[in-house]
Parts: sequence; C-alpha cells; structure tokens
Amino acid sequence: MSIRRLHTEQPDSFKFTAANKKWAKEQIAKYPKGRQASAVIPLLWRAQEQEGWLSKPAIETVGTMLDMAFIRVLEVASFYFMFQLAPVGKIAHVQVCGTLSCMICGAEDLIGICKEEIADKPHALSADGNFSWEEVECLGACTNAPMVQIGKDFYEDLTEDTFREILAAFARGEVPTPGPQNGRYAAEPLSGLSSLTEFNTGNYETNASVTRALEYGDTVKRIQGNEVPILVAGKKPAKSKPAKKQAK
Amino acid sequence: MLKDQDRIFTNLYGMHDRSLKGAKSRGHWSGTAKLIKKGRDWVINEMKDSGLRGRGGAGFPTGLKWSFMPKESDGRPAYLVINADESEPGTCKDREIMRNDPHTLIEGALIASFAMNANACYIYIRGEFIREREALQAAIDECYDAGLLGKNAAKSGWDFDLYLHHGAGAYICGEETALLESLEGKKGMPRMKPPFPAGAGLYGCPTTVNNVESIAVVPTILRRGGDWFKGFGRENNAGTKLFAISGHVNNPCVVEEEMSIPLQELLERHCGGVRGGWKNLKAVIPGGSSVPLLPANICSDAIMDFDWLREQRSGLGTAAVIVMDESTDVIKAIWRLSKFYKHESCGQCTPCREGTGWMMRVMDRLVRGDAEPEEIDMLLDVTKQVEGHTICALGDAAAWPIQGLIRHYRNEIEDRIKHKRTGRVSSVAAE
Repeated sequence: MSIRRLHTEQPDSFKFTAANKKWAKEQIAKYPKGRQASAVIPLLWRAQEQEGWLSKPAIETVGTMLDMAFIRVLEVASFYFMFQLAPVGKIAHVQVCGTLSCMICGAEDLIGICKEEIADKPHALSADGNFSWEEVECLGACTNAPMVQIGKDFYEDLTEDTFREILAAFARGEVPTPGPQNGRYAAEPLSGLSSLTEFNTGNYETNASVTRALEYGDTVKRIQGNEVPILVAGKKPAKSKPAKKQAK
Repeated sequence: MLKDQDRIFTNLYGMHDRSLKGAKSRGHWSGTAKLIKKGRDWVINEMKDSGLRGRGGAGFPTGLKWSFMPKESDGRPAYLVINADESEPGTCKDREIMRNDPHTLIEGALIASFAMNANACYIYIRGEFIREREALQAAIDECYDAGLLGKNAAKSGWDFDLYLHHGAGAYICGEETALLESLEGKKGMPRMKPPFPAGAGLYGCPTTVNNVESIAVVPTILRRGGDWFKGFGRENNAGTKLFAISGHVNNPCVVEEEMSIPLQELLERHCGGVRGGWKNLKAVIPGGSSVPLLPANICSDAIMDFDWLREQRSGLGTAAVIVMDESTDVIKAIWRLSKFYKHESCGQCTPCREGTGWMMRVMDRLVRGDAEPEEIDMLLDVTKQVEGHTICALGDAAAWPIQGLIRHYRNEIEDRIKHKRTGRVSSVAAE
C-alpha cells in the first residue's frame, strides 16, 4: 500500500476526443444496465492513454460520464498503480520490473541505468522532460527476465547494453522493436524447442505481442481514438457487430 | 516425458498459425456443440472425473467448484468470470495462452459458462498485458464473426457473450472477490466470505471465478475424456500443467508438462539445467512468490505436484518455478518478496496493512545483518500474527515465504548478524 495523491499542478480542463468518446460509449455497453461504473478502469485508462497521465479534470469527466461520485472515481484512480497521477516523460515512461525473478536476473542494474540516464528518483522527469521511470512490481513475463515495460510494450531478456541502446533509440525518436532482445521468439527455451517441435510450422516473424506492436506502431503514442484499428478491450470498428448490448 | 500429441496448448509459443483457422486445424472448436448438447451434468461430471484442480494457485477441484452454482436460476443471471490477472511473481503462463493460443480459452469459456448456466462471461485481464488484451480481443472478434460466440453460439443452442475487461495494476485483484469488486468499478478490496461468489458474486449474482488455464484445458479434457487427463500425474494430482521456470537456469521457459514431474527432470529437460550445474543450486521457489522456498537438498527429490509440495510445507501454487543458484542472497530474495507484499497490500485489514510493512522493515535489517538474533523469532511470531487474521490470503502469502526462509536458512541469517557484529563469518571460520 502506498499513498498516492493528485498532482499539485492541474490543467483547467479535460476532454475526450470525439473518437475516444465513442469508444467509451461502446465500453459502457459491455456491462448490464445500471452497472456502468464497471467501465471506470477502462475509461480512466483511455484518458491516460490520451493525455499521458490522469488529471483531476479527467477523473471528474469520467465520473460524470459514468454517473459516479467523483470521490469514488478518485478512489479507483489512486488505488490502481498503473494510473499516473503526475505528468510523465514526454517520450516515454519506463517501468522496470524489479520483483524477484527480474531482480536475480539483473533488474537492479537496469534501475541503475535509469537513475544514471533519466533521473535520480522514480517518477521525476529527466532534465529534457522526455523520460521518467519507476520500479514496478511483477509484470508477468518472468521467464523473459529482466524486462521493462515502455508504453504498451514489453522489452524482454535485457542486458545492460541492450537496455541502454533501447533508451538511446527512444531518445532519437525511434521506437525499437519490443519483445525478447536476445534472439528469442517468445517464452520458449533460448537454446531451441524442447517441446512442440511437431507444431513448429507457422511463418510469423515475431510473436503475437510484437506483431501487434509493429502493426499498430503505437508503443508510446498518445491515443486519440481514431487510430485503426483500436481493439483495446473493445470491438472491431466497421462491420463486425458482436451482440454486446444484450447483457442482462 | 509428455508427448506433443498429449499437449493441450499446441501453440504455446505462437509459432503456429494463431488465427481461428489455425486453431481449428489443431483440433480446437471441433464438436463444441456436441459436447454442450450432452448436457450440463455430463460436463460437470466429466470435469469431476478428470481430477482437474484449479490452476490459479489454490488447487481446488474445478468440477466441484462448478457444481456449487445454482442448478436453476432464481431470476438472477449467472456469470462466469475468468481470472486473467496473472500477477503472482514468477507466473507468466496465462500470458502465453492468451496471446498465442487464445481459442483454447474462448472455447473453454463457452463450455464452462454453459455448464454453470451463465449466458455471459467476463475475462478480467491485468492492465499491463496490453498486447495480450489486443490479441485475445481479436480472437474473440473472430469468434463472433464466425458465429462461435453470440446467439446460438457455435450452433449449440446456447446464447453466450464474452467480454474482455481489464485491470490497472493491482496484484490484489487476482483474489477472486477483489477481482469482482474491481470489475464492478471499485477499489479491489476483497469481500468477506460468506456469501461465496457462487451465491452472490458479480453484481450480487451467482458467479464462479476460474483461472485462465483451468478454463482453457476444459475443451480438450471433454473431447479426450476425463480418464485421459487423469492418466497424467499421481493420484489426486491429475493432468498436464503449464510450468513457468524463471531465474538461474540456462534456458528459462514456459512449458507444458505432466503433473508430478520431478523438479530436476523439469529443469534439465527443458531449461538446460541450473546455471553452473545442479550442485550450484541454492534454493527453488516452486509455485510463485506465495509459497515457501525449498532448499537445494530437498530439491533433488522434489516432485512437482500439489500433494508432494504440500508435504514439504510448500506448495505448487501456480507452478511458477523460481530457481536461485549459489550466487543468490536468499535473504535478500525473500526481502524483495516482502517488499512486493507491502506494496500490494490493499490496506483493508490492519494485520496485513501494518504487518507487511513491519515484516519488510525487519527483513531489510536482516539482509544487512543489522539486527538482534532474537528478532528472528520475533519476526516469525509476527508472521503468525498476520497469517490467518485477514479477510483474504494476501496476509498468509506475505507470511509464508518468510516462515520458509527462517525454517531453512536460520543459520544464514544468524551468521549475517554475527558477521555484522564481529566481522567474522562463523561458517567460514569453521572451515
């Protein structure tokens, strides 16, 4: 448990883009009537995707949209650690997994690099305002330790060198290819398959996560809602209309 | 060793065709309607017969859990909620299912929901798994397009909607009632039980919460029969299981193996063995951060199943094996877990809110050796005060790793305290 508060400097207003607003409506429809509060996490998350962090006006906007008391929305925003309650680096916020598997595989060195290259303290902005970092708890990619999450993507199987190179690439305005950085495909043994050899007939260049990252190119992008296609917890735009409305 | 044709997750690494077409070519979605038409009781009995125990950590028999759901609706809808909040340190198996082999899960969700009289199912995926969420949602959309979800899903006569919901980075939401609170749009604070979710869960309606892997294995079990599944593993520990091995092995990986596989065989067959050889092994955490560690001398005989590990006062948990070699500071390793639990305690129950911080601070001093020897027993006592005195099991989970450490490595802790005071290490001095 830790205490998280709203940032001292707040913008005057927040507004979802038209596309994000439409997306939000579709999210609310996933839950039974009168249970619209269920959509609070997805909506707050979209607000953060749009702005980079969660401001007080954003929290209030979501509260109004869902007919929730503001304090209930603030409770949620401050309870869940993925919500950034203060501005983060303009280019990227680097989240280093520091829990056990990553720690014993070298996460502390990665944190050292963050301190050296970004800022002394977590959540502080780098001198140019482009980066910030924090140590997060287990991100669930333990066999690919050590790893970091930057924007939407996992950079896995890191070494000090590859991590430095990734940060440098972001600083140059590039988006390095996410996923394992040591030549691995996904979570199989690095030395080669020890099982499922009979099923090794696909012809994808990259694993499912990386393929999407490359296709959408939105690793560290702010989301306006008109990117195609946004599948994040929603449905396909255009034709396919799953029967979302009938929930009882 | 488990043969490929007996593996349920045939696209675990995503190297094979990941689309619906590909999944069908590997045998998924085959005869789903026929399975459903055999009826609710048949499905539940077959699951009971298979001996499947929940894959989320507690190992509760899945078929039995399903049978707690009301047979007839009293007007309230029933829900299946799938726990995809995989956050237990060391655990990364469900991620592979969701991004690489999602159709196993979707088909399982349909069948399981039918068995529990649920027309709607929510999958609660952890917020950090953004690409995994996209992959799973794309697979769900594919199924809607193909008529496998929605009205008369897969021509089974059952109307079924599957929704994907996500969290935002709180470990506690992996606890089933906290997950339901979160899904309702609140802070993820666990509920008192009873009422159990099967009586009043999501939105006050009958609900069953199951782990991703528990649901994803269902279709294959039903297709091949409970007896087939029961054929793997020791009595009462049936089936195949995804193991996630991380830490100091040569090739960390996620792999599906038979239950009750010896630990050493698991590590040597799939992970290239312990870094620096078996003799270089210091300790293993066999089932994710919540279970007590096993020191190397026990590891040589270790069998990876619920019952054997329980006999060693540890547990299979999520079968997330964290391997630590001799270079590891085992006290610091457990301190890191204490830090994790302190960070993730929801703060609702005082013993956990205060206890996790207290335990972390004492562990911090033990790492440095900056403590009195009596404090080891005091710490042990505090873990007992936390354990069993909280609404959910997070308090227990925070206590157990420390209890395991003290049980197996008390000497090491004492040595460090002595070393700090005298500058000597007794074990070295004795050599």
